[in-house]
Amino acid sequence: MTQEELLKFKENQKITDQFKQPDFYGIDELLNEEHKLIRDSIRDWVKKEISPIIDICCQEAIFPDFIKKGLGEIGCYGPQLPVEYGCGGLDYISYGLAMQELERGDSGIRSTASVQGSLVMYPIYKFGSEEQKQKYLPRLATGEIMGCFGLTEPNHGSDPGSMITRIEDKGDFYLLNGAKMWISNAPFADIAVVWAKDDNNIVRGMIIERGMEGFTTPETHKKWSLRASATGELVFDNVKVPKENIFPNVKGLKGPLTCLNSARYGISWGVVGAAMDCYDTALRYSKERKQFGKSISSFQLQQKKLAEMLTDITKAQLICWRLGTLMNEGKATPSQISLAKRNNVEMALNIARTSRQMLGAMGITGDYPIMRHMMNLESVVTYEGTHDIHLLILGHEITGDNAFS
Amino acid sequence: MKILVCISVVPDTTSKISFKDNDTKFVSDGVQFIINPYDEMALSKSLEITESLGGTITVINVGLADTEANIRKALAIGANDAVRINAEPKDAMFVATQISNVVKNENYDLIFTGRESIDHNGGLVCGLLAEMLNIPSVNVVSKIEIEGSKIKATRDIDGGREELECTMPCVISAQKDLSEARIPNMRGIMAARTKPLKVVDAVSENDFSEFVNFELPPAKTGVKLIDAENAGELIDLLRNEKKLI
Repeated sequence: MTQEELLKFKENQKITDQFKQPDFYGIDELLNEEHKLIRDSIRDWVKKEISPIIDICCQEAIFPDFIKKGLGEIGCYGPQLPVEYGCGGLDYISYGLAMQELERGDSGIRSTASVQGSLVMYPIYKFGSEEQKQKYLPRLATGEIMGCFGLTEPNHGSDPGSMITRIEDKGDFYLLNGAKMWISNAPFADIAVVWAKDDNNIVRGMIIERGMEGFTTPETHKKWSLRASATGELVFDNVKVPKENIFPNVKGLKGPLTCLNSARYGISWGVVGAAMDCYDTALRYSKERKQFGKSISSFQLQQKKLAEMLTDITKAQLICWRLGTLMNEGKATPSQISLAKRNNVEMALNIARTSRQMLGAMGITGDYPIMRHMMNLESVVTYEGTHDIHLLILGHEITGDNAFS
Repeated sequence: MKILVCISVVPDTTSKISFKDNDTKFVSDGVQFIINPYDEMALSKSLEITESLGGTITVINVGLADTEANIRKALAIGANDAVRINAEPKDAMFVATQISNVVKNENYDLIFTGRESIDHNGGLVCGLLAEMLNIPSVNVVSKIEIEGSKIKATRDIDGGREELECTMPCVISAQKDLSEARIPNMRGIMAARTKPLKVVDAVSENDFSEFVNFELPPAKTGVKLIDAENAGELIDLLRNEKKLI
């Protein structure tokens, strides 16, 4: 399917997404009117722009190009960054709710926005020079240009400190060599925020632009997960990087890890959206599906599943809200973010599996979103710090002993 | 171009409707309230007009403080400022009287209402307001073009459509094809924080109507399936049970 065919397909679709979120503990009362308006607006946008096309995009493994601009127009790129750079100037709960609603549609769509906002715009804002901010942020906020983030390498995933991608000081410029892998947005990105070691073995961040000689972005195919998101590699073969493209304000691994904190925070909210969608689908289906002469929702085993799913979603919602409040106050620690990311992704995966069972065979088809969420979440449980790595971050925090090495 | 959009705040279409106090009062607990969809279309049409011709858009609502979240939404979608007339909107006569009292000296070129609100479905404010302001009105408008000091409007009538011209200022009630409702973006939501929302007191007004009681439509019954080869049974049911033929 081409992008033109996809647009034509979309024109003929009606809005049939009936999603209603659970709010068993009245968490809406913890939100202000602006938060609710942001959430409801993005939910309406997802129902109109994403839900009608997301199944076909995943089935065909096609990234819907039109959402690059669409996500920019609705304001999902860096909503938490300041207005003077063309961003939203909103708080972290607003950002979290936006990610929740996007991932309710699809993790791949949320990933596109997360990468742009937390892994490209955030480091430019946090570590970039004023010229870099002015040059890139306003255009990244609207989606006029797209970015990606290169940290993971083929042989260095959980251990990014051992990366082998390097920059060599050549006087007027740096010479960049190496490769990055599993990079969301790479195939279409106009710029890449890349981390590489310098001559002193110190990790430095830099902005690489498409078109620089020796820089290529081959696409990763045959994914069973995040099929509506574009993933690729970044290959650097003697790329000449102007010195003004290096981030002046950060040295060492804490640079990329700070970005990951921002992205992991967004994931903590995002996966609650995926879990809610699975739960809501299973709840509606269980009321309509009749076996042994009555709705399956009247059977104890199904009620147990629904009750446990609602309990887990409610706990995750409370974690998100509290973590968002800590982020707003500038008090959230990396290990608190690890706890939220780890707990909520596992919760969402379990709910996807349980709700899939409630739909029986129907649950494996693209007529329902559950199997798609389940496959997406297999990536989410791995990227931005694997499930196990977050456990070790927490273990380190609790005991003071580092179990990584 | 100076445009006024009258918005009412109504229960969401998926709300469960119930009544209390001997079926005289609507139970609003747990009901989500939205901008009346026809009013939202009027707002997005107004934005199309000011985007091409320039101008300002004011939204006005008759309601208590709990409608302000939806007024902020209208500001987030793009209206420049808002007025809330602080009163429970009793009926169309009351609403039209309150609005005309506030806007009579404001010289709006165009005033929009929805064709009806989706709660009480009266569809009267457009005509009443125009009479009170002594300007023309065109209702159930599905298309509108501005030509100098006139508008060219297409309105839905029984079995067809009619096209007519009308001089401004005038009151227009929006029908569903007028424009597609817009979704506010985060920049708009941010900007809405600082846009003016003026609250004014209502003027006293005699009660012209009173709700005696509400009644829900009869519950839908299940579908009866008849075998395709059994047409006789279908005829029998339609004739004797439903008495339709």
